[in-house]
Parts: sequence; C-alpha cells; structure tokens
Amino acid sequence: MDLSYTVLILIIPLFVFLLLGLFFRRIKAPLSGYIGVAGLTVTSLISFFVAFEYFFKIGMVDGAYQKIVAFKFVWLHFTSTMSISIGVMLDPLSAVMLIVVPLVSWMVHIYSLGYMKGDRGFTRFYAFLSLFTFSMLGLVLASNLFEIYIFWELVGVSSYSLIGFYYEKPSAVLAAKKAFIVTRFADLGFLIGLLILSYYAKTFDFVNLTSLTFIHNLSGIGTTFIGLSVITWALILIFVGGAGKSAMFPLHIWLPDAMEGPTPVSALIHAATMVVAGVFLVARLFPLYYFIEGGIALDVVTVVGTFTILFAAIIAITQHDIKRVLAFSTISQIGYMMLALGISKYEGPEGLGYMAAMFHLFTHAMFKALLFLGAGSIIHSVHSNYMQDMGGLRKYMPITHITFLIAALAISGIPPFAGFFSKDAILAAAFEHHKVVWFTGWFVAGLTAFYMFRLYFRIFWWNDPKYEHTPHESPKSMTIPLMVLAFMAAFSGFIPFSHFVSPDYVPFSEHMEWGLAGASVGIGLVGIILAWILYKKENDLSTRFALAFGLFYKWAYHKFYIDELYMFVTKEIIFKHISAPFAWFDRHVVDGTMNGIGNSTVWISEKIKGLQSGRVQDYAMYFVSGATVISMILWFLIK
Amino acid sequence: MIEGVSIYEILTLTTTVFFIGVYGFVTRKNLMAMLISIELILNSAAINFVVVNKYLFPAKMDGDIFSIFIIAIAAGETALALAIIINLYRLIMSVKTKDLETMKH
Repeated sequence: MDLSYTVLILIIPLFVFLLLGLFFRRIKAPLSGYIGVAGLTVTSLISFFVAFEYFFKIGMVDGAYQKIVAFKFVWLHFTSTMSISIGVMLDPLSAVMLIVVPLVSWMVHIYSLGYMKGDRGFTRFYAFLSLFTFSMLGLVLASNLFEIYIFWELVGVSSYSLIGFYYEKPSAVLAAKKAFIVTRFADLGFLIGLLILSYYAKTFDFVNLTSLTFIHNLSGIGTTFIGLSVITWALILIFVGGAGKSAMFPLHIWLPDAMEGPTPVSALIHAATMVVAGVFLVARLFPLYYFIEGGIALDVVTVVGTFTILFAAIIAITQHDIKRVLAFSTISQIGYMMLALGISKYEGPEGLGYMAAMFHLFTHAMFKALLFLGAGSIIHSVHSNYMQDMGGLRKYMPITHITFLIAALAISGIPPFAGFFSKDAILAAAFEHHKVVWFTGWFVAGLTAFYMFRLYFRIFWWNDPKYEHTPHESPKSMTIPLMVLAFMAAFSGFIPFSHFVSPDYVPFSEHMEWGLAGASVGIGLVGIILAWILYKKENDLSTRFALAFGLFYKWAYHKFYIDELYMFVTKEIIFKHISAPFAWFDRHVVDGTMNGIGNSTVWISEKIKGLQSGRVQDYAMYFVSGATVISMILWFLIK
Repeated sequence: MIEGVSIYEILTLTTTVFFIGVYGFVTRKNLMAMLISIELILNSAAINFVVVNKYLFPAKMDGDIFSIFIIAIAAGETALALAIIINLYRLIMSVKTKDLETMKH
C-alpha cells in the first residue's frame, strides 16, 4: 500500500506558511486566517485518517505494531553506509502525535480567528502558526535522528518568533531571546549526543537504532568516560536537549517568560505540543535508554522528572499571573511524563510507565490547551493577566467557566475526566518502581489540584471587583474550540491507550489499581477543598496562610531565585571572569596583533612615501647615491 | 695620442665633467640647465670612449664609432627634449621643475 501521501501532512502547512509569509502584505486580515484554518483543516483530516489507518488497518502485523517508513528521500549521501534521509515514519508514537498535534493546532487556529482579530500582525501570526505546525509534524514524523534534530531547531525558531510576536514590547523580546538561548544551549547537548551516538552506531535511522539486536551490539562498546559508557553519556546529552525543550529543572526558566507570547501560542506551543517534544524524544529512543548499561540514563530522567514536578508545583501555588500558574503547571505535568518514562520497563504490562507517559501527553495536551485557551478567553475580556483583577467571572462567561472547570477537574485527576486515567497509570507504574517517586507524584497530585482550583475559584468565584467594562463571553470562534477540547478533556481518558502504545509495540491490557486510584483522588479532593476554603469567598485566609509559611513562601514566590541564580552565574561569573578576560585578550592581543600589522604598515608608508616624490631629479639623486654606495662597496670588496 | 698627456689626466677630466653633469642634473631647477647637464654627462662618456680607444687599442676604431653614435643620439635627444620643453612652456609658461610636479597627483 502506497503511503507516500503522508508527506502531504508536512507539505500543506509548509505551503500555507510560504503563501502567507511571502505575501503577508497582500493577503489581508480575515482572509489569511481563513487560509490558515483551511490548510490546517485539510492537514488534520489527513493526519486523523493516517492515524486511523495505522492503528486499525496497516499497523498491526503478528500482534505487534510495526514501524512503517511511509516516505523516504535520501537527502545527503556521504558514503554507502552514511547518508541522511528525510522521511516519514509511522509507528504508534507518531500516530498518537498525529492526533494530538493537528487537533490542538486546528483548535488554536480557529480560536485565533477570534482572539487575534484586529491585531496588526494577523497574517504574520498565521504564517508562523503554520510554520510551527509544519515543524512539529515533521518532528513527530521524523524517521531518523538527524531529521528530528532539524525539525527540533525549526520548532525552536517558530517558538522564538511567536514568543516575540509583540516585538514592540521589550519584555516579549527579552523572553523570546531567553527562550531561544536556553533551548539552544540545551540543543547543543542534543547535537553532541546525537553525533556521539551516530558515530558509534553508524546510523541515524530510528528503525535500526531501536531494534534490540542492534542495541545489543551497541552495548558491547567498551569506550567509557568517567565510569559510564559513551553511549550512556550520549543518551544523557540527548536528554539534556529534551529537558531544554520540555522545560525540565534546571532548564525550565524560559517557559514562564515565554508566556509573553499571544495566549493561543502558549496553548499550542508552550503547553500542548512543542514542550512535550523532549518526552517524545526520550520515548522515541526508549529501547536505547532502557537497555544501555541497565538504564542509568533512564534513572537520570526519573530523578529530573520527579524533582521537577514538585519544584514547579510549589512555584505554581504562589504565582499571581494566571498564565504563569499554567506555565508552571505545564512544567510540573511534563515532569510527570518524564518520570513515567523513567520508571518504565520494556516488556508487556511492565511497560505501563511508557504507556502512561504517552497517555498523559495526550490528555495533558487536551486539558492544558483548554486551560490556556480558557485563560486567553478570560484575558481577552478582562484585559489583564493578574488574578487580582478578576473574580466572579462565572456569571459573565458561562461557557469559559464550564470548560475551564472541566479542564481543572481533568488536571486534578478527578474521575471520570481524562487526567484521572493517565495520572493514575503514572502513579501505578511509579508505585511498582519506587515508593519515593510514587509518594512525590501522589503529593504533587494534591498540589496540582490545589493550585488549579486556587486559580479556578479566584477567577470565577471570589468577589466581583467592579469591572470598568463588563466582561462578556468570547465570540463563537473562541468558544467552539473550547467546547471541542472540553469534550476531549472529559472523555479521552476512556481510550484504551495500552492497546495502542507500549514500549515493545505489543498491546497489553491495563488493570486499574483501585487502591492507588482512590489515594490519588483523595489527595486531589483534599487540594480542591483547601482551595475552596481559601478562595471561594473573598477573605484574607490565603494571605495569612502564606504568611505562616514565611520565608518559604517568599522563596517560592520568587521561583526559588533560579532566574537570579542564572543571572548571577552568567553575569557575575561567566561574563566577568571568563568572557571579559577572553574579550580583553581578543581585543588587545588578537585584534592588537592585526591592528599592529596594519598600523605599522601605515606608519612606515607614511614615513617613506616622501621618497616617491614624482621629481626626476630626486630619483636621479637616489640612483646616483645608490650607485655610489654600491660601487664603493664593490671597490672595497675587490680591493 | 696627445704628447705629454697621459690617459689618467684625460680620465680625470672626463670623470670631473661627468660628475659636474650629474650634480647639475640633480640640483638645477631649470629644465634647460638639466638638459645641458645631460649633454655634459653624454660628452664625458663620448670622450671616455675615444680616449680609451686611442690609448689602449690604437689599431681599432670601435670607440670612435661609438662616440659618433653618442653624438648623434645626443643630438636627437636634445631636439626631442627641446621640443618637449617648448611645448611645455607654451602650456604652463614655465620651465621650472617645481611647476611640473602635477603629474604625481
């Protein structure tokens, strides 16, 4: 069966980007939006069709899902064994992403018709959205490491341009720069890891890299570095790249600032799709992570993920900017996915963690995109990002209220909403693996419920703060995507995910651990009730609560001073003590040598240019004196 | 061969004339004077040819012929130089070397 039509999934958004990008002055505001939405509608339908075909018709062979290279084109042919190709690979992972990415992107495209209405950069916005969608789809469909790296950088670029979308605002420009530099710095790790891995593996192809016999050969490589095999180091470096994109501690600092971008962008890029690229990357190379040296690299993933969920959740409780709360919540939830990947095993039902990570990726994309779009809807009508300016909005914005509530319940893990199932799968896998990891995950589930409902009650209940302009419900183009995503957030938990995704590609059946599920629902309810007490009606309980924590609250409010630490390290240590001497050396020694050569030439020529006077008599004089000197020398010599 | 005059005295004379010519060529500010200096240099050379021929190789005529060549060439050169100088004078009303430095700019 010819599957080369899958390449259309990439070509259509690219074409829309080129069309809108090249003619952005010609194509006026509403039209460009319609072009973008139309392009993405076609892309989404093809993607859904491909995913459906894959899961139900062509993917399953002999009881296991296959990796199908649907399209391949050799791009750089170096030697007979070494070539880089651009291709489309289908497997359960990419098929799942083929549902997540186009769906969220499609909703965001429609939503932006309303949200960005009247913005000067309307066409530019849609052009970049298409570029992003193209890059992200390329990333998930990539058939080899090099291709994924190319698209990895492309999503970074589109994220940069969209964060800095309001480029007149200095804070947006700074945030865009920060995001780009931090992720680029992390991508350096990815690049080095990729090169080391491919140097030893002699291939970039995922089909080879993840086959078990190949990994067995690869683990025979005895080269070590500080006690670990080079392959482990390569995997850790690749994870650094993934951690940068996925905003894992300590590379998370760019994500909260990235909220400077338009809210639909935050929903699409910084909540649902791009930030889970790191999770996707680790999942893509999961057999390598699991089998090389007993999974040391995977333990790194677990530790980072576990720390990040707790760290980000604590900060999320203290923030006042609603988008920042959601940003830290995103960091925390991606931590859950990383953690789940880290604790997963390979075969059969033991691959629960892996399945749970992808499941949570799926459900999280739905409810987090919904939360962001809801927040966008609120910001759109209140014209403020801060929860101090909000309150009592449930009367004014009923649809936003209901959908936001569904998303909040989903993220808090309350059945029967989607987050319950995926989070429960993660916690069940964690319980099998290590009790500390499970306990952290369980505790953070409570924190999650608390900060989400703090947000919910503070926005929709509390007290009516006497708005200057009465807030009103957003237009249809904004509420319909909210409803679609709310539907997904409510019901996507019932998808039997373990039948589709597993580390060894063999479907298995998942059992509900009712005891664990009860515990996590319990702590979720505790969090919600606490939020109810503190934030349902206007009161000063929460301030007193915060005061009781004293210094700890202050630390958390200032995000544990990680940004300041980075500033200190970069400005005070790197810039002052490393870069400044280097700059001095460059300016004075390297440039000095070059300038010295130039200046001395100028100086000497300045001095001797009088010799070339243009007067024949002077030349005759030089000639005569020269001849005299030479003849005198000769005379002395001969004599 | 001139009785009572040795080759040294004549060569001393021609060397003196030659350097007077060189000195004049380097120092004179006037194109005509420079031209005259060149004549002095050429003449000293011509005398040298004749003298060396006469004193050292009396049987040969090469030196005499060379000196005739030199005289002919000097005449041609002088005619050419004078033509240039006259044209120059018509152009800039001057035969001073310091007025002729415009070419270097």
